Amino acid sequence: MSSIRVLVGTKKGAFILTADGQREQWEVDGPHFAGWEMYHLKGSPVDPNRIYASQTSGWFGQQIQRSSDGGKSWEQVGNEFAYVGTPGTHQWYDGTQHPWEFKRVWHLEPSLTDPEVVLAGVEDAGLFKTVDGGKSWMELLGLRSAKGQLWQPGAGGMCLHTIIVDPTNPQRIFVAISAAGAFRSDDGGESWLPINRGLKSAYEIPDPDAAVGHCVHRIAMHPSRPEVLFMQKHWDVMRSDNAGDMWYDISGDLPTDFGFPIDVHAHEPETIYVVPIKSDSEHFPPEGKLRVYRSRTGGHEWEALTKGLPQEHCYVNVLRDAMAVDSLDPCGIYFGTTGGQVYVSANGGDSWMPIVRDLPSVLSVEVQTLR
Amino acid sequence: MIRVVLPYHLRTLARVADEVQVEVGSPITLGAVLDALEAAHPALRGTIREHGTHQRRPFIRFFACQEDVSHGGPDAALPDAVIGGREPLMIIGAMAGG
Repeated sequence: MSSIRVLVGTKKGAFILTADGQREQWEVDGPHFAGWEMYHLKGSPVDPNRIYASQTSGWFGQQIQRSSDGGKSWEQVGNEFAYVGTPGTHQWYDGTQHPWEFKRVWHLEPSLTDPEVVLAGVEDAGLFKTVDGGKSWMELLGLRSAKGQLWQPGAGGMCLHTIIVDPTNPQRIFVAISAAGAFRSDDGGESWLPINRGLKSAYEIPDPDAAVGHCVHRIAMHPSRPEVLFMQKHWDVMRSDNAGDMWYDISGDLPTDFGFPIDVHAHEPETIYVVPIKSDSEHFPPEGKLRVYRSRTGGHEWEALTKGLPQEHCYVNVLRDAMAVDSLDPCGIYFGTTGGQVYVSANGGDSWMPIVRDLPSVLSVEVQTLR
Repeated sequence: MIRVVLPYHLRTLARVADEVQVEVGSPITLGAVLDALEAAHPALRGTIREHGTHQRRPFIRFFACQEDVSHGGPDAALPDAVIGGREPLMIIGAMAGG
């Protein structure tokens, strides 16, 4: 019998939600690391009981925690994220150059093949790697060589928030940075190319052909089709069919194309999910109705999924790392809100129920399907 | 022995009670106490001072005998009452944020 473990990072601790494959009765465990900002937790695909967690604090800095028993106990590992050499500078809000300064780890991406290997996306944007289970971290410097001097912080900081490793070719890695854009490496992270052709950011970037500077909020891929990428940008939902060489708009009939998360159904590569948000000025659902939108055609045509979600007076947001899918059939979809709710749909989005309603503001949601 | 009081989150991180004691060789300065503290409790590395530069993190303050000794630098001597173990060095998370 399969079971599900949901790893939830919040502004005041981490929570672990578990259920059997029916996904109806849930146990809530936590808070772990109470009072700390838990930006992201993610388990190793090859050893699900090995979980890595990013624990941060404006007072006490960055910690990395590691569990080897599925989150029952934790071990503090290395927390030194030193940029290679002289850190250099990037563009600041006023157009001047500003020194790179490490602030926190936004995203941890365990290797698909080795539980000791993890990539970490950090703010100020950089990519780090551990090969010893988190004890030590080394920057993959080549990324910041991809026009790093032109990158600039978004409103949430200059964060590297998305890391996707091609399951068919581990040398190919995609990352996304706010507000620099999307980047691809074809040599395991040594060198990087901006992959932002086709993105339009008319109000933010005067140059329509700008190679970097785009505020990408999230990228998603289905493992069976690693050439196809889906992107939720600051504005616009985008798609690439050639590993990011060119993007095109698939916002179609969405009520608004602003939002943060995007994800792909586990068994239907053309079925994708977004949570439209009214605007960059008003970070809540249009009309106070929390609606996930699903496209079964790879974009353009979208349907609102509302059953079980609040359809009045709802003014929460869903952050970029706060949506995930399980691999059961039917596929389960999960998301967490800034209001502290974590919702599950055990039928691909047709209907929803809250697993828990009153957690601290949710920063991230990851799902493990345990066999 | 030098007595050190840690803020709540650092006590939980280092898995210690509210006060710890560290042995510090002469001269007993703020920097020497922090070196000894981090050596005895490696979980605290990077939480009070930055890695590498050893600069105090912005929202951390050091108090001794009800005096703020945060700005004296690592070589500043500590009060006799702290050196003699009659008073603790207090490491404080500044009131900030919400």
